[in-house]
Amino acid sequence: MAHDMAHGLPVGDSHDGHYKGGFLRWLETTNHKDIGIMYLIFGFTMLFVGGAMILVVRLELFQPGLQFVQPELFNQLITLHGLIMVFGFAMPVATGLANYMLPMMIGAPDMALPRLNNWGFWILPPAAIMLTLPFFLGIMGVGPGAVDTGWTLYAPLSIQSGWGMDFAIFAIHMLGVSSILGSINVIVTILNMRAPGMTLMKMPLFAHGFLMTAVLLITIMPVFAGGVTMVLMDRHFGTHFFNAAGGGDPVLWQHIFWFMGHPEVYVLLLPIAGALPHVFSAFARKPIYGYKAQVYSFWAIAGLGLVVWAHHMFTSGMSLGSQIYFMYITMAISFPLAVLFFCWIATIWQGSMSFETPMLFALGFLVLFGWGGLTGLALSDAAADPQYHNAYFLVAHFHYAFYPSAVMGAMAAVYYWLPKWTGHMLNETLGKWHFWVAVVGFNITFIPQFFVGLAGMPRRIPDYPVMFTEWNMISSTGAFILGASHLIFVYNVYKTIKGGEKAGDKAWEGAEGLEWTVPSPAPYHTFETPPVIK
Amino acid sequence: MRSMYKFGLGIWLVLGSAAALAGYAFNFPEPVTPIARETLHMHNLVMVVILIMFFLVLGALIYSFRTHRKGAGYKAAAYSGPGNRKQWLWVLSPFFVLAFIDYVVFGIPAYHAVVMYEDTKTDAELVVKVTGSQWLWQYDFPAEGVSFTSRLSTPRDQIDAGAAKGEHYLLEVDNPLVLPVGKKIRFITTSNDVIHSWWVPAFGVKRDAVPGFLREFWATVEKTGTYRGQCSELCGKEHGFMPVVVNVVSQEEFTKWLASKKAAATPAVPTAAVEPVTQAVVAKAQ
Repeated sequence: MAHDMAHGLPVGDSHDGHYKGGFLRWLETTNHKDIGIMYLIFGFTMLFVGGAMILVVRLELFQPGLQFVQPELFNQLITLHGLIMVFGFAMPVATGLANYMLPMMIGAPDMALPRLNNWGFWILPPAAIMLTLPFFLGIMGVGPGAVDTGWTLYAPLSIQSGWGMDFAIFAIHMLGVSSILGSINVIVTILNMRAPGMTLMKMPLFAHGFLMTAVLLITIMPVFAGGVTMVLMDRHFGTHFFNAAGGGDPVLWQHIFWFMGHPEVYVLLLPIAGALPHVFSAFARKPIYGYKAQVYSFWAIAGLGLVVWAHHMFTSGMSLGSQIYFMYITMAISFPLAVLFFCWIATIWQGSMSFETPMLFALGFLVLFGWGGLTGLALSDAAADPQYHNAYFLVAHFHYAFYPSAVMGAMAAVYYWLPKWTGHMLNETLGKWHFWVAVVGFNITFIPQFFVGLAGMPRRIPDYPVMFTEWNMISSTGAFILGASHLIFVYNVYKTIKGGEKAGDKAWEGAEGLEWTVPSPAPYHTFETPPVIK
Repeated sequence: MRSMYKFGLGIWLVLGSAAALAGYAFNFPEPVTPIARETLHMHNLVMVVILIMFFLVLGALIYSFRTHRKGAGYKAAAYSGPGNRKQWLWVLSPFFVLAFIDYVVFGIPAYHAVVMYEDTKTDAELVVKVTGSQWLWQYDFPAEGVSFTSRLSTPRDQIDAGAAKGEHYLLEVDNPLVLPVGKKIRFITTSNDVIHSWWVPAFGVKRDAVPGFLREFWATVEKTGTYRGQCSELCGKEHGFMPVVVNVVSQEEFTKWLASKKAAATPAVPTAAVEPVTQAVVAKAQ
């Protein structure tokens, strides 16, 4: 305590000079803000890597025939795009937001386990290298290339694949360890380090969202790690987990994969679903509507999310009973999601809204994710599902779920907290350009994919019948517009870091929460003396 | 802001009219089996309902954006939850509407459709075994002893060298499957290597071909014609190049075709296809 009093400041400190300069600072840092920044930089870098890969795919799909890439390379590109976007971009960015913001939002000085935090991050870059190295080696003519089975890694294709698959398995192990460490840290921090008086039901929704994400990750990642280890055993040690000839079953892999894969959807959604109510409330200048209902909906989504996985497998030939169960239980997810949508809309309803960039992205998420969710109802129908499944309708559907949540939601959160991180307000004109170019590009990319899917175009094909040409041309054009929009984002963030209008402690007029009570930019250590919550 | 909205609207109008003019496909191909008809019906029903829900909510949002604006001088309300009985009704009513839509409007027809989809055991007049293989389909008529393979017949230079593409580019095979019209056919799928998936959009059926296991589905094609589809489970390098082509013909033509196939069938059934499991075991042992 004496130490704290010596500062004479309620927040902030004089430790700034303690850390080492240069690269060592970043390697050895245990500061939640440093680690958060590294997660964010890593995540958005991977967004560009995964995005560049899919733009090559869209270029190839611009017209029928094989023009730029051969099928072997095409399969690597779509596989890496999926794995990178989910494990390399979306999860690290969410973890970065949590690292930077959680301690500030719950009035803690740092994460509970700072060294674990450092380790959790530094596992990521080697994992990303492990995942992509075979790809670059393959391009240079060394080895068979990267994993090429689709991100679903279906056995026995993944048993047959080249050693890029082994690299992917080890990368998944490392990514899994990283996200489990991050999740443990979040849970421990939230349960132990809240400011005095902040009961669980007074905690910011962002913390609730991320708590559920962490619980889900700890439930599913070990299962997935076990699953890929079984693939590794089948590949090299003569086991037959997924080989019928030895008493195994290829469909077992699908169950293991989707037991991870479906909750993963909510792993990506819940941090965003937790962050955006703060944005809605801030720019509508109105309190969050239905706080408790939203918290319980997060729990319901996490709970239901764990028992619906086989709706990804309606064509695999399950029994009638299983199909009926997975169809009806999948429909049940529409209830907690409807509660969330209702609360979000009720939050802005009769507010005093203004449409700054974070709000635009949050509203874009609301509308586009709404369509993603509604088309999910179509896919839940076990009899109609085979017509959508593994066709472009499915691709369009899950991009309407993923892009608005993982990308637009993350960008809404980044734009919202950017003044707190940099001390500068962002450039609104650039922000609005970014938003509109992204929304237009996104819809031009994915609306045609609904139609081309209904017409019968399967996914993951490098070449297609001529009747699908027009829609694919439009879709590819949209993809490049969408890709370009992200350059505006990077430029805008860069400009905001470099300078801009000074941001006050409370950068947005309607913003509420502990993070807006500290200076902008936030001091290196926040809340050494915990604030008291009434 | 306003000009941006107009810009966006303009883009949609241009795109929409261009699409309508070029005769783009917006829905499933014409259904030719009971399952496909049922599926199209379900699809249309779901689409209409979710489009209505989407635009109702979007409309409410747009109203809110225009009215509840700081720029328009609107003063924010302060509520953070339902306050009285009437508001509770407002809050709970969407729940009941949604439950009705999920489990009655969608749930009941979907239940019947799934039961119909899985009705593979009754009244089948013909059994066809479909075996996926990297990268071709093999068709067997077990009762007739007829077996043949069906692989892509599109010339390589159309794919790689930019030669003019034919009408059925990537959707043409050397030996199409021939089926009689109006007969309930029980399909049995399996695979020799990895998982494939047999799909003909006009039939409304898609079923995985899983190595070492048998899966089944059925179709009664009600109209003669040639129907095309593709493998729809990533199965390796040539996944995009293993189409399905089915000629549906009258019973007489089918009988004739089957007889000609039988005559041509010197016992050329590839052993690998008949006994995938044994073969795999042998391969493993070697």
